[in-house]
Amino acid sequence: MKIDSISKLREIYEEKLPLLALRQAEANVGKERVLMVCGSAGCLSASAQELIDQLNEEIKAHNLEDLVSVEITGCFGLCAEGPIIRVFPDDTFYVRVKPEDAKRIVETHLMQGKVIDELLYLNVDTNDRVMRMEDIPFYKKQFKIALRNCGIINPLKIDETLAAQGYLGLAKVLEENDPEKVCQTLIASGLRGRGGGGFPTGLKWDATRKSVADQKYVICNADEGDPGAFMDRSVLEGDPHSVLEAMAICGFAIGANQGFIYIRAEYPLAISRLEIAIGQARELGLLGKNILGTGFDFDIELRYGAGAFVCGEETALMRSIEGKRGEPFNKKVFPSEKGLWGKPTCTNNVETFANINPIILKGAEWFSSIGSEKSKGTKVFALGGKINNVGLVEVPMGTTLREIIYEIGGGIPNGHEFKAAQTGGPSGGVIPASQLDIPVEYDTLISIGSMMGSGGMIVLDDTDCMVDIAKFYLEFTCEESCGKCTPCRIGTTRLHEILEKITTGKGTLEDLEVLENLSNVIKDASLCGLGKTAPNPVLSTLKYYMDEYRAHVVDKKCPAGVCKDLLEVVITDKCIGCTKCARTCPVGCISGNVKEKHVIDQTKCIKCQACIAQCPVQAIVTE
Amino acid sequence: MACKCDNEVCYAELDKFIAEGHYDDPDSLIQVLHHAQHLFGYLPREVQIYVAKKLDIPIAKVYGVVTFYTFFSETPRGENVIQVCLGTGCFVKGAAKVMESFENELKIKQGETTEDMQFTLSAVRCVGACALAPVVMINDKVYTHVDPSSVKRILEKYLISAAS
Repeated sequence: MKIDSISKLREIYEEKLPLLALRQAEANVGKERVLMVCGSAGCLSASAQELIDQLNEEIKAHNLEDLVSVEITGCFGLCAEGPIIRVFPDDTFYVRVKPEDAKRIVETHLMQGKVIDELLYLNVDTNDRVMRMEDIPFYKKQFKIALRNCGIINPLKIDETLAAQGYLGLAKVLEENDPEKVCQTLIASGLRGRGGGGFPTGLKWDATRKSVADQKYVICNADEGDPGAFMDRSVLEGDPHSVLEAMAICGFAIGANQGFIYIRAEYPLAISRLEIAIGQARELGLLGKNILGTGFDFDIELRYGAGAFVCGEETALMRSIEGKRGEPFNKKVFPSEKGLWGKPTCTNNVETFANINPIILKGAEWFSSIGSEKSKGTKVFALGGKINNVGLVEVPMGTTLREIIYEIGGGIPNGHEFKAAQTGGPSGGVIPASQLDIPVEYDTLISIGSMMGSGGMIVLDDTDCMVDIAKFYLEFTCEESCGKCTPCRIGTTRLHEILEKITTGKGTLEDLEVLENLSNVIKDASLCGLGKTAPNPVLSTLKYYMDEYRAHVVDKKCPAGVCKDLLEVVITDKCIGCTKCARTCPVGCISGNVKEKHVIDQTKCIKCQACIAQCPVQAIVTE
Repeated sequence: MACKCDNEVCYAELDKFIAEGHYDDPDSLIQVLHHAQHLFGYLPREVQIYVAKKLDIPIAKVYGVVTFYTFFSETPRGENVIQVCLGTGCFVKGAAKVMESFENELKIKQGETTEDMQFTLSAVRCVGACALAPVVMINDKVYTHVDPSSVKRILEKYLISAAS
């Protein structure tokens, strides 16, 4: 059945609203319950599907089908504690739930009304169990716009999207019928591209709107290639319609009737959720011809990436959609004039699109009141690495790094110390401990040599070697350079070689100079964003961790104890002479008599550290 | 995950895919290659030539695209495809050692396939399960918090099922 008018859509919204009634924290507690289970890729890898099946079985076995429902939902963010269940309306947040817990959740919680303490979140600071999601420190400083529906709606049911005001933004702009006003609203909102560049979204839309052509295109960049980032995946899996709606709004604003979503083939779940969502939207007439009876046509097709990081770059992405090698081209003429197949094209990132519906419905003023002076709204970060609460967070722009790492992220595990946060992936840089109090926003991050990036935030502790980290990123960019520009193709390879030299103890002081000079050349002489930013991990680690580079080069030591060739494995006086290490050593370089201290022959040692793992008294250490 | 059917069936399937989706133009090359790899398991020379003729593109262009994207493979892959995540989240939690452990156990290097065609070992840049790092995907199954010492145990399951 098609929804053939704007008023009909509004009626349906009113009609569907009760679907979400139970899912309000302040809803009345009656007999009905709904269990929201995270169905994102992370939790699904941790047996969330088995959990859902098990819950449904138990509910059936106890004849509770009329009162209790289990719904899949988008990412709750606290991935480290997954799989997660949120029970409404009595607002109970269960973490690390295993399929075998289904029985007691049904019998104890649903039937007897008793909360299961062991499954609640444990606040390690106070040693208290926390029942409500809002009371967990991880959520206290968060503010959700892009992720507003994750954890609330079932992304597989379009009715729930409609109940959550989905497509009402599209209805509003179609009713007002003023494309220029849409662009002006976005300009006034201050929304900037969330893919990393931070270009004002409204200006991009307006420029494409002004281009005159018989055909224009909207592209959603879902080629989330930055290793260690999964914000876009979570939005697509948890709220696919918000992206489809925003693309249609963009199409209306710029005068395009065709959209493409360019998505990584590595995200099968997101692809399947999008396919389902597009099918549903077409069936209801929210995509296709004559949308809501207004005469506006807009449709969306999926295009799959094929494993090339450079295709996240706007122009390379267009080449790839055209079926060619993903090599960037010169932006002498902006894509807003000549983009996909030479036609005006507007490309936005997934998270940018996810912000559109609330801006249209709540207004530019509302949006621009959130965040900092130059960066409005919120930003989603994927917190990863050496941090307690690994997961997805959405914070107002301008939140300090300290708040993100310590208050939301829960600090560094195993008593280690914070060393740096890496943002912007292979294009970004490191933020050292001395900069913990800077507000996280586009311009401040650039001013200290990093960048916002798409939102990957990897936390490093004192056991991470910064030279090794730089080498890791360079290895990545070497492999992913498309090869079109010499400075990027050859330059990144040379950078990687020098870093390899340094980490194996063959580096010289001169190498450090070459590193810096070469980095600047690559930055200046490359065509696209990949090459221009590829040296950033080197430059920013050189800037803040020169001591560490010097230690590798001059003292031939790796202070963090990571670079194998610079390590010495030694047996300390704690040795009890049990001979376990000597028997384990694959090259037989450990000698010593029983009950006497053993010795390692450094000339033969291959630093495999197998002995360290075997020693019962921790007598073997690396230096 | 090589194709079990004979080639003729695969070609017929590919023709059907191209005809039904109106993919017989150069712009659809990547879509068609995705599907061809899905059908044949990999993209041998004959398939590339076939696609080139079908879409009316020079063979060199098809080859250029196939070799540009890491997702496309010109060599057959093993029965089980092991993908060790080398994204940043997994890297800082020791993914390199996990990869090393797979290389030692299987006696092949990253990107290679075992002689008996049982395993292909490859690296993947982030599957987005960073909270569960280090992560390894074998076919569709995700293994989380993988320790280098648990690699042998993981592989045993596949060896047993191959033997039976």
